[in-house]
Amino acid sequence: MAKKTTIIPVGPYHPLQEEPEFFKLYVEGEKVVGLDIELGYNHRGVEKLSEGKDYEETIFLVERVCGICSTSHPIACVQAIEEAGDLEVPQRALYIRSLIGELERIHSHLLWLGLAGHFLGFNTVWMWAWRYREEVLNICEQVTGNRNHYGMLKPGGVRRDVPATEISAIRKMLDTLSSPLDLFRDTVAEDPLIQARTRGIGTLTPQQIRKFAAVGPTARASGVDIDVRRDHPHAAYGMVEWDVVLESRGDIFDKIMVRIGEMFQSVRIIRQCLSRLETEPGPIDSHPKEVKPGEGIGHYEAPRGEVFHYIRSDGSNRPVRHKIRAPSYMNVPTNREAVIGETIADATIILAAVDPCYCCTERMAAVLDPETDRVLISGKELLQRSRRKTAWLRSQLGHEGPDLKWDC
Amino acid sequence: MTPSDVVMRIQSALGERLSDLHQPSEKRVYFEVDPNCIPDTARLLHDTLQARLQTAAGVDGPHQMEILYHWALDRLGLVVTVRTRVDRDQPQIASIAAICPAAEWIEREMWELLGISFEGHPDLRHLLLQDDWPHGKYPLRRDFRKD
Repeated sequence: MAKKTTIIPVGPYHPLQEEPEFFKLYVEGEKVVGLDIELGYNHRGVEKLSEGKDYEETIFLVERVCGICSTSHPIACVQAIEEAGDLEVPQRALYIRSLIGELERIHSHLLWLGLAGHFLGFNTVWMWAWRYREEVLNICEQVTGNRNHYGMLKPGGVRRDVPATEISAIRKMLDTLSSPLDLFRDTVAEDPLIQARTRGIGTLTPQQIRKFAAVGPTARASGVDIDVRRDHPHAAYGMVEWDVVLESRGDIFDKIMVRIGEMFQSVRIIRQCLSRLETEPGPIDSHPKEVKPGEGIGHYEAPRGEVFHYIRSDGSNRPVRHKIRAPSYMNVPTNREAVIGETIADATIILAAVDPCYCCTERMAAVLDPETDRVLISGKELLQRSRRKTAWLRSQLGHEGPDLKWDC
Repeated sequence: MTPSDVVMRIQSALGERLSDLHQPSEKRVYFEVDPNCIPDTARLLHDTLQARLQTAAGVDGPHQMEILYHWALDRLGLVVTVRTRVDRDQPQIASIAAICPAAEWIEREMWELLGISFEGHPDLRHLLLQDDWPHGKYPLRRDFRKD
């Protein structure tokens, strides 16, 4: 008798994803045998909108492409405009760009780490990661005026300086962040339960990374040594010392370790930027009057990977063409191979492992009978399967754990 | 290998099929080829030079449509942009998805938003627009009007 294939629709609205995406999992029993990805539930036509806005307005528009990496798109965009129009940028503005970019990387990685813990049924990691993320967001608010959507960037510089009082506040926050980061690194690296749930799961080989041209931590976890900050130096990244964090196995565990390692590097970069901001005063904006005709490319290493912007200028005050490519566009298709052959309980964390830009919207996932469309398993049950596996492993390891009766 | 070596490799491989090669800075190379030369160029950049496809972008013009393929050579900090022009009335070009699977989504996107047909694409269906989007309406074209 032929095996019956069942479809599990994950999305379009699902706690795994901030953006509505629709993953159609094809399963035989517990095993995932196929995946189809549908996008477009939140298509806003930003590229078209940008053609009707002047360059200053465009920055505010692209800031809203993503709610989490809201400074990554503006950094890439201003660089594309500056390259197209041959604009100067003062050095102090470059340090401020990297400073804000790295603060954003820390809070984005902490967000992902917390959610990964939550999906695995490791809620302590969730609570702790988000507790410390809050302090990073508070500093972002103090320095920029907003917890997110900072409005700091403009072609030719930045909008707001970082004065000495805020430099000391950022330093103080970094000091308090140091021991929690050590804790996260040690908890994850040494915890047998997290290792059991993530080692060898959702593995991507360097060949698969190259096939999908995947970027960011997803590529670096598989040993693919690319980082736009080092390879195509921009902002202050060529003027400070830091290392690219690389792992080799390409499984979920390595993706966690890359992101934790990157937070340490971000702290290193921020500290150096702060020192330079203290010792190197100067203007923060070159006040460009016009953008010359031309074309330019800007890219930036967002927390999820390379953000790419292409701008064509005809010398007027608005772009003729503005192409935007976000990192998830390259990373999400890797799920088509990462999830095959894995179990439903592991699919949740594998789909989340590329960090497809999520911030918890609604929950809508269910296992349907393909013939009758009758709901066989709800989204809640799907998430609980992942947690039950953790609980089972915990009991196998002889560890104490929370009662499974708690709600998701 | 240096950026100038890359330029020499491109020039020797494509010969007279290549035009308008310019380097606005040491990190950027732009050149233009005929549409029928795009698969060979993709093979050269992806297979021989091990470049990473960053993305592609269609640009609508009054008579022609431009397609720009952006390739990154990360070790050199270089971005190579390949430009080609197709007829605006019947924009058609060979798909490079078989050479570089990462192009699959962006070709689907250019097909639905600009109406460029990619011959040999394995799965040319809507990516961003809804499945019942009216045929022949391409929202990223300059003459597109909302009804």
